[in-house]
Amino acid sequence: MEEKKKEGKEEERKVKDDEKGKKKYWKKDEKKKGKGKKRSLARMPQLKGGELMPYWLRKGRSWVVIQDKGIKAPSGSAGDVLEDDPVGRLKVFVYELPSKYNRKILQKDPRCLTHMFAAEIFMHRFLLSSPVRTLNPEEADWFYTPVYTTCDLTPNGLPLPFKSPRMMRSAIQLISMNWPYWNRTEGADHFFVVPHDFGACFHYQEEKAIERGILHLLQRATLVQTFGQRNHVCLKDGSITIPPYAPPQKMQAHLIPPDTPRSIFVYFRGLFYDVGNDPEGGYYARGARASVWENFKNNPLFDISTEHPATYYEDMQRAVFCLCPLGWAPWSPRLVEAVIFGCIPVVIADDIVLPFADAIPWEEIGVFVAEKDVPNLDSILTSIPTKVILRKQRLLANPSMKQAMLFPQPAQPGDAFHQILNGLARKLPHAEKAFLKPGEKILNWTRGPVGDLKPW
Amino acid sequence: MAAYRSSPALSDGGGADGMGKSQASCFWLLLHGLCCLISLVLGFRFSRLVFFLLFSTTTLYTSAPVLRATTTTTTTTTTTTRTETLTLSLPNHPPLPPPAVHSVPNRTRSRVVVGRHGIRIRPWPHPNPTEVMRAHHIIDQVQREQRLQYGVKAPRPLIVVTPTYVRTFQALHLTGLLHSLLLVPYRLTWIVVEAGGVTNETAAILARSQLNFLHIPFPEKMPTQWAERHKMEARMRLHALRAVRERLLDGIVVFADDSNIHSMEFFDEVQKVKWMGAVSVGILAHSGNSEPTPDRQFREEDKENFPVPIQGPACNSSGQLVGWHTFNSLPYREKSATFVGEAATVLPRKLEWAGFVLNSKLLWKEADKKPNWVRDLDAVGKYGEELEDPLALLKDESFVEPLGNCGKKALLWWLRVEARSDSKFPPGSNSLTYLIVEITGRLDLIFTIAYFGILGDPFYLSELSIKLS
Repeated sequence: MEEKKKEGKEEERKVKDDEKGKKKYWKKDEKKKGKGKKRSLARMPQLKGGELMPYWLRKGRSWVVIQDKGIKAPSGSAGDVLEDDPVGRLKVFVYELPSKYNRKILQKDPRCLTHMFAAEIFMHRFLLSSPVRTLNPEEADWFYTPVYTTCDLTPNGLPLPFKSPRMMRSAIQLISMNWPYWNRTEGADHFFVVPHDFGACFHYQEEKAIERGILHLLQRATLVQTFGQRNHVCLKDGSITIPPYAPPQKMQAHLIPPDTPRSIFVYFRGLFYDVGNDPEGGYYARGARASVWENFKNNPLFDISTEHPATYYEDMQRAVFCLCPLGWAPWSPRLVEAVIFGCIPVVIADDIVLPFADAIPWEEIGVFVAEKDVPNLDSILTSIPTKVILRKQRLLANPSMKQAMLFPQPAQPGDAFHQILNGLARKLPHAEKAFLKPGEKILNWTRGPVGDLKPW
Repeated sequence: MAAYRSSPALSDGGGADGMGKSQASCFWLLLHGLCCLISLVLGFRFSRLVFFLLFSTTTLYTSAPVLRATTTTTTTTTTTTRTETLTLSLPNHPPLPPPAVHSVPNRTRSRVVVGRHGIRIRPWPHPNPTEVMRAHHIIDQVQREQRLQYGVKAPRPLIVVTPTYVRTFQALHLTGLLHSLLLVPYRLTWIVVEAGGVTNETAAILARSQLNFLHIPFPEKMPTQWAERHKMEARMRLHALRAVRERLLDGIVVFADDSNIHSMEFFDEVQKVKWMGAVSVGILAHSGNSEPTPDRQFREEDKENFPVPIQGPACNSSGQLVGWHTFNSLPYREKSATFVGEAATVLPRKLEWAGFVLNSKLLWKEADKKPNWVRDLDAVGKYGEELEDPLALLKDESFVEPLGNCGKKALLWWLRVEARSDSKFPPGSNSLTYLIVEITGRLDLIFTIAYFGILGDPFYLSELSIKLS
């Protein structure tokens, strides 16, 4: 801590010296002054040693934070928030769990590295070698538990969530017994990556997922999940919504030159009826995909089918609009693909919460169509003024937007890993009620379906 | 995403309304058991929707103007299951039947309900023509913006050289080319060299266009044999190049034969040429016998797999020109046509003129920075030598630039289709018959022909189609 203070003082001196030259630095702060939350010394949390972490430099009328601890970022503006650097703004401690929770599962089925739920594995790998990782749990702001709950795959490759609640429970029991940090806050400064269909509800069927609700033990923790729907049981307040994993190298390999003219108006490839599970239609996608098919299968402007072409990625780059309707769950990798390939996403999913909604202005990039308006989709899309369409395409061409949707290996600045860390940094500092008084207990360890209580 | 289910859980909310809860659950349990037994006996899944239909046939038919129920039976190949899909078309109605909502206590319920929803189909599911035009306008604007952003910054004018002569299909081919050129977004000059002198027919077609054209006569008449015709066309093109040289026209010279099919991307790509470039040409050697050709979608990746010959530059892995892909005429040796209008395959030369583009400054006597590996145009053809392809204009072939992703993109398609020499277009008619030609190339060519043409008399239509096949 001493070194940090000294460093800060040096920086202060440097700033004073370069005052004339570095006018840019002050301008940046004045910008922050308008948008950021002003903090008083009294409200800063005290760390365990009685030290006050950030200290202040007063220069004229602007308050400038030299130290790290996260200024509340401005909401909505795409450019600067996406490029925030989380390094120095938070510290994450990674629990060392026995390999049966992570490595052994991955060894049993390496397909987990390429399917759309692979974010949990790559997040673990990223954190292990990231500068935000700390080996000293006392100074950590967030705690990460590397448990791969979505890696129990059927022969087809779909994850079975039946054992996941027990696995998660067992992991939490382990960390609560071996380290004191879980019991200190009952998980309020812990975060978990749950990329499955309905997040921590751990079921693929929506009715069952709603019935189960979020795993009781996770109710105070922050969940990083792909699922997001407003007013839904399986979306907790304060969760961070992330995009599903899409393989970055595969997509890079299929890029075509940007001067190839976009000649397809609307493009979609995927199922309209899930014949195996819902042959009558009406359940799958709440009937929206079936409606798209029935209304537009003969429309020459709509290039939609269930085929699996080899040039899927190339075709997306030659389309103006790409449909991203809901399936069994409202999210889909199509959104990521549309953003990467510059095709305007047409999101047909009522009340969906899109990834990094506080950093990416989805309203300005994509088109949102209510499920009841699907029969009028062609009128809606053709009535968008050309100026607006060109603007959306220009915004989509922004490389920081594309980078924020990807999980590249090794990690690059501005990618989804960093957006997750930014999201976590924005939630700092933890509220007073996060830390429990000694003896206080909120979680009920026996709550939940009986099947969950069996050890894993 | 979730797709694995052990047994589908239907919430048959429709029938449960108005019954006592315990009675209803008993009833449905019995029904479920009955269905399971039936399935066991029959050996395939017995859809409970049959009961729904049986019990509610009266309600369905009385409320006919509101609901339109269509049942479709689908048979899956793995198990012989007959499932009946019931699609309810609901014009602007909320979803029904009311789905079973699981209300979890003490939690805010989503406004979006889980359960069976209706599939909304509007009563007139066909596109509105105004909206279609609007969509095409949007696409056009998007492409224009793309060209502005990513295309060539200072586009040069094009000089299109076309040899032609009066024949039955001249109007067909020339109008097709005309419309392709009308779509080109750059300034262009169209040099039409006509064998047999300037004729009224050709002049009439050219006058209908709004293009900037130059109609040049060529005194000799077009021969009736294909081999001679190819040679004469080369001489006509050379004549046009001489005209370019005399008039000091500036731009990029493109050889567009009237029966070829050009992709719009071709005209964007040729803007990148510095001095001389080569593109890949797909050869549609028309078989003459109407064999049913399978419906092929020509994508660049499938080129290797399909037997469509491509002529063009061949590159090594670092993108440099190392040679040429030429046309292999061995498979067609017996069946090739000798006379124009014969019902047999017309073969191209080894390398077609259409695949080459030049900077017009190469043809001028004096030009700034003109390279020394090109022969002076006056020296070419002076002693009556035959020009096979534009490479004869060069001293050194290796300076030709490969275009179109080093020849991987086929940007134009070569085709020769001619009617029998004694056939005639319908006299006095200004129309084009819409022929179903076996061109599997650009569909917009056929579209533009059909759009601007009037369907001719069925007699002539059938006569012409017989002559083709």
